[in-house]
Amino acid sequence: MTNLITQQEEAEPAVAIDDQRGIGAEIADLHARAAADPSAQGRQHPDRAFSAYRSTALRHPTHELVRADPEEIELTSPAFGHTDVATEESDLTIQHSGEPLGERIVVTGRVLDGEGRPVRGQLLEIWQANAAGRYVHKRDQHPAPLDPNFTGVGRVITGEDGSYRLTTIKPGAYPWRNHRNAWRPAHIHFSLFGSEFTQRLVTQMYFPGDRLFPLDPIFQSIADPKARERLIADYDHDVTSPEWALGYRWDIVLTGSRATWMEPEDADHA
Amino acid sequence: MPDDRDQIIAEHHPAAGEPAASGFAQTPSQTVGPFFGYALPYADGPSLVPPRTPGSIRLHGTVLDGAGDPVPDALIELWQADADGRPVAVRGSLARDGFTFTGFGRAAVDGGGHYSFSTLKPGPGRAGRAPFVLITVFARGLLHHLFTRAYFDDEIGLNGIDPFLASVEEDRRSTLLAHHEGGGSYRFDIRLQGDGETVFLQYPGIAR
Repeated sequence: MTNLITQQEEAEPAVAIDDQRGIGAEIADLHARAAADPSAQGRQHPDRAFSAYRSTALRHPTHELVRADPEEIELTSPAFGHTDVATEESDLTIQHSGEPLGERIVVTGRVLDGEGRPVRGQLLEIWQANAAGRYVHKRDQHPAPLDPNFTGVGRVITGEDGSYRLTTIKPGAYPWRNHRNAWRPAHIHFSLFGSEFTQRLVTQMYFPGDRLFPLDPIFQSIADPKARERLIADYDHDVTSPEWALGYRWDIVLTGSRATWMEPEDADHA
Repeated sequence: MPDDRDQIIAEHHPAAGEPAASGFAQTPSQTVGPFFGYALPYADGPSLVPPRTPGSIRLHGTVLDGAGDPVPDALIELWQADADGRPVAVRGSLARDGFTFTGFGRAAVDGGGHYSFSTLKPGPGRAGRAPFVLITVFARGLLHHLFTRAYFDDEIGLNGIDPFLASVEEDRRSTLLAHHEGGGSYRFDIRLQGDGETVFLQYPGIAR
């Protein structure tokens, strides 16, 4: 059974074999420090230096970020449209000849800016492991089955009200090598653009009630518990389709925006 | 040291200094992880213009960690104005039709941490500003992406008067310069930490 410690999520093996108890104590200590640090109050995003997630050690900048006033290019964002994405890409269960294995789900919600305005006509990309917790990636060595009918990649353009809707398979939890017996909670990776360059966001959506939340250094890298909860989708029975798929609702809020994207797609004049 | 910039920013960005003060709380960032390679890269993503296009440049470099080792699982995005210094607002930024310049590109680094874009050198924006391309860095181990700007070291005149470059500590300024290697090639290494750590940017009004 020792083979179950696999090369997952981390390329480098942990130097010291920390156990889950030690990592848990470290997370608690980091949260206590953040709670006592006035400069950390109101922080929306994880600190780039979060030692319980070992890979941050050599990858977080040590200098303060340098303040830049946005110039014209930063007040816009790459623009996407239906030429970028085919309609079928929002359904990850129809990309192959057969049905993928696992629990079919619908994930829907809205993408909003910090003022609550819809982020329209923008690209939303997702990627995820299959139902067994395995990615279609050559470096994923987790000894769980690949599903020939599931790649785990989807894309959609947000609608006029900022909405998106995806059909997929609920991903499985999987082991990774951050510490001994480390398992990531089931999650779907999301990539979003906004109407300004500075609204770019890559994040992960989690599923309600997962017992792995308190154990996971990546989820716990967000010090504020209320902010962590914003990464968890709601089960929504109104989204659930009879005889077909369970439904989840997850809204995503980007940073504030100076401008609302007004130009309708047919105004293209390239 | 308070200065006029604070006032300008306060007018420009009412939320400056008060992250998410109004209304809707942001969705926190999470790492891109190591397994994006089959999902985010797309056909010709690093080629904003086809290589060998007349007037095109190569912008390339290596992403390095705090030990000076290459980061083999980073993703770089590039966003820039066109050759006349204008932002591009063409839908279809992922599309590569061979004719339209969309200003956006995406490149995964290779096993040696190296990325490479084929693009156009952007023109300067407003008067007195040096041209630059915006770079966004994602990587395993990076819980929140990083923004930086790549200026061009052969734009000596405009770089010398650019107010943003002037605001950066002199001994770190060179980390924002892509070095002309001749033949239309520019090198821009990105050091996440340590000696020669790249200057990364914070925008006013954007919560960390």
